[in-house]
Amino acid sequence: MSRRGFLGMAAAALGGVMLAPGIRLIEVAQAAAPSAGANPAARWGLLIDVNQCAEGCNACVKACNAENGLDPAPTRTSAQWIRIVQVKETKTNRAAQLPVMCQHCAEPPCVDVCPTGASFKRADGIVLVDRHSCIGCRYCMMACPYKARSFVHENLSDQKPDVPRGKGCVESCTLCVHRIDRGERVTACAEACARAGHHAILFGDLNDPDSEIARRVREIGSTALRADLKLRTAVRYLGL
Amino acid sequence: MVFVALPAVAGEGRTPHPVIEKARAGTQCVEPPEVMRRQHMSFLKHQRDDTVHGGIRGAKHSLKGCVDCHAGEQTGSVARAPGDFCSSCHQYAAVKIDCFECHASKPEKLAQKGAGR
Repeated sequence: MSRRGFLGMAAAALGGVMLAPGIRLIEVAQAAAPSAGANPAARWGLLIDVNQCAEGCNACVKACNAENGLDPAPTRTSAQWIRIVQVKETKTNRAAQLPVMCQHCAEPPCVDVCPTGASFKRADGIVLVDRHSCIGCRYCMMACPYKARSFVHENLSDQKPDVPRGKGCVESCTLCVHRIDRGERVTACAEACARAGHHAILFGDLNDPDSEIARRVREIGSTALRADLKLRTAVRYLGL
Repeated sequence: MVFVALPAVAGEGRTPHPVIEKARAGTQCVEPPEVMRRQHMSFLKHQRDDTVHGGIRGAKHSLKGCVDCHAGEQTGSVARAPGDFCSSCHQYAAVKIDCFECHASKPEKLAQKGAGR
């Protein structure tokens, strides 16, 4: 065990009361063990109830932009992680809107086509871009059947410390991975949707039979967008 | 004494040495300074893969950790002005620093306050 780890444990054992001379509280705080990392048993996903998604509402998009430091007043070339899509059944005239983001496929086409391995799937099923190896070729944007990815065209400044992003890379919804790694169990979009009173977006672990999302998917059912592609998406829709 | 303190260069000889700003008081670096000066890039590169691909956060060699203690008094950043912690050495060594084209160069609180600037 390292000296730092030992001191950290010793301090924890003493309830932080007796710190060795010269060891300040801040050092002990820094010595906290790193998080366990992506849980391979989990499968994080969203269940979006289209019937609850209120017409004209874009609270999820705004919350996503704020959480991830995206352009608060998006232009045509701004990166966009959630889109609101309007749909209409021509035979019955039923109209609805739904948010579409990265669907976090179990078999993601973006990962298949990436020439550098920058596009990858984490152990817990979250599909991400490693911007350290992204060369900005945009093959993944072509491959994605959901048009979920954006390219950053311009220099950025004042990014969020938790969400590094920059020019020349492709990016998309991360399922608020920084929150998940912190142990939080709600995405910014789901939180905003609930705050707006619609409760159309539910976040959870599809692999945990006791979770609300797994229960609803099991009991009420759900559909995937472009289910014919058999990508086994983690973002599921109700009422489409 | 004022004359000694004012110039942004120190040391003897033809090449002025960089003046490295002190870290925030009451903080302790994760490695000795001489190790950090030689190895910080390797530490960061090693840990970034664990974090991005493995989701392991809060290990000791984190860029966020560097920024939290080393952000400059004046700019609140490690790389905004030439005299800031990272830029001062990188300019001296003529090594272009790409980290802060994507990563925030300010600690969490300051980054939020300064957003949009």
